[in-house]
Amino acid sequence: MIIQRKPDIIPSEITPKTVFDNRREFIQKAGFGLIAGVAAGLLSNPLKAATVSSGTTEGAGRLIGRANSPAIIKPPSFGAHQKISGYSKTPYGAGEKLTAYEDVTTYNNYYEFGTDKNEPAINSKLFKPYPWTVSIEGEVKKNKTISIEDIYKLAPLEERIYRMRCVEGWSMVIPWIGLPLAQLIKWAEPNSNAKYVEFISLADKQQMPGQNLEVLDWPYTEGLRMDEAMNPLTIMAVGLYGEQLPNQNGAPMRLVTPWKYGFKGAKAIVKIRFVEKMPVSSWMKAGPNEYGFYANVNPNVEHPRWTQSSEKRIGGGLFAGRIKTQMFNGYTEQVGQMYAGMDLRKNF
Amino acid sequence: MLAFLKNNPTKKQITWIKGVVFIVCLIPLLRLIWLGVADNLSANPIEFVERSTGFWALFILLATLTLTPIRLLTGRAWQIQMRRMLGLFMFFYVCLHIITYVWLDFAFDWLDITKDIAKHPRILVGFAAFILSVPLALTSTNSMMKRLRERWKQLHQLVYLIAILAIVHFWWLVKKDIREPLLYACILMVLFGIRIYYKYTKTAKVNSKVQINSL
Repeated sequence: MIIQRKPDIIPSEITPKTVFDNRREFIQKAGFGLIAGVAAGLLSNPLKAATVSSGTTEGAGRLIGRANSPAIIKPPSFGAHQKISGYSKTPYGAGEKLTAYEDVTTYNNYYEFGTDKNEPAINSKLFKPYPWTVSIEGEVKKNKTISIEDIYKLAPLEERIYRMRCVEGWSMVIPWIGLPLAQLIKWAEPNSNAKYVEFISLADKQQMPGQNLEVLDWPYTEGLRMDEAMNPLTIMAVGLYGEQLPNQNGAPMRLVTPWKYGFKGAKAIVKIRFVEKMPVSSWMKAGPNEYGFYANVNPNVEHPRWTQSSEKRIGGGLFAGRIKTQMFNGYTEQVGQMYAGMDLRKNF
Repeated sequence: MLAFLKNNPTKKQITWIKGVVFIVCLIPLLRLIWLGVADNLSANPIEFVERSTGFWALFILLATLTLTPIRLLTGRAWQIQMRRMLGLFMFFYVCLHIITYVWLDFAFDWLDITKDIAKHPRILVGFAAFILSVPLALTSTNSMMKRLRERWKQLHQLVYLIAILAIVHFWWLVKKDIREPLLYACILMVLFGIRIYYKYTKTAKVNSKVQINSL
């Protein structure tokens, strides 16, 4: 059991030797206890719980940081609101007004944690994204697995500020942190038969209560054509707003393809499979006439339910109105050539 | 004090009940105003207001449609006196729903609105339900009731169609999780079922009488 302590205590005095040695396990337990505490706290007083959570997280972080020094290469530490260190800024999204952190983390489509947009933030509190292993299979030199720690070290992490357009007609601007998917693919060593990449999310009814409802064919599956996956714009995101991905945003790792509708961004990915034939995604199965494989943002191709020619930017309030939706969500320059000659009305 | 549950309420009690129902029907609006002032309408406030006004319009519509089945089941009829007020409150929330859509959502961009209605069956069905409810609201006065006589009853049977369209409108909004619209559809079917059952058994009785007479 974790007893709440003042952060100014010296770690060596309070951490038992065994726990001290087994640092990773300690972090997990601390994180779990903390999350449980926050969950319990939220029931009584949300405001108080929020203060407690940030306070203790910092405390735990400091504790771990000191225990770990003076190591030269600092392995990433994991936990709620854990800051990511050493990522570089990029020019993407310059001039865009960021969607508030509060909105990005409380308005989510993540059916594994419930079908209402406010549910993922609540129902994902006990989700454990660390430790995490991703398996690589299919048309590759050889099947292998990689831990989330190693994915962090695979390539320098970058901040990419991207617009995100949901098929439901709303959009956000999110400062993701991640690595180009191309780097991960290079490491995975696909063979020449690999024409498509399939992303498979976690299936775990215990941790993902929304999966008890057969609204989608679990596990959540998404896919990209190889050239789309290799496009420099495509990233595997591990964080946002300078910290590790909150659970409700797809921790520990999710796909981000800003020129496609948001549902392409598979969350909590456990498996990456290289295949020869075009994979069938969960949403394609759920509504073949509504959700296509490509799902490129396209104001000229109507959806049976939602207007695609314009969108509501989250955070504008009641009177902000709509903005025009751009072809490929405004990323034509980077991705347009991949679809040259294709009938995008048919390949929606 | 709650004697009207056993016996029919007096005229004075009816006035009181009407007053209470009136205030209760305003709570959803007051809540929206309260949340709006506190900047607490979620990350997507327009959608929130659209959903909320739509939900309460449907809820009140279903409440309106329970009054007759209650009469059929219990034989009590005084609650029918709430019907006009409830019906008009449904129309009130429908109007708020439409205003939110036309003003806040589409900023009076009539071209986009026309396209939205024409291209999306969900919107078309909802819009049809709104259009059909206009004549019902306009003919809700006593004088119109007297003027239209039998035709008034026929006209106001449109409410059944409006209820079906409203639920279809909701059904087509949700992507995959149909539990909520399914629940309302079930409620509506039960309400219709009670009416149909009584209508059927009533005609059956009449028929048997005719048969007896003819014997």
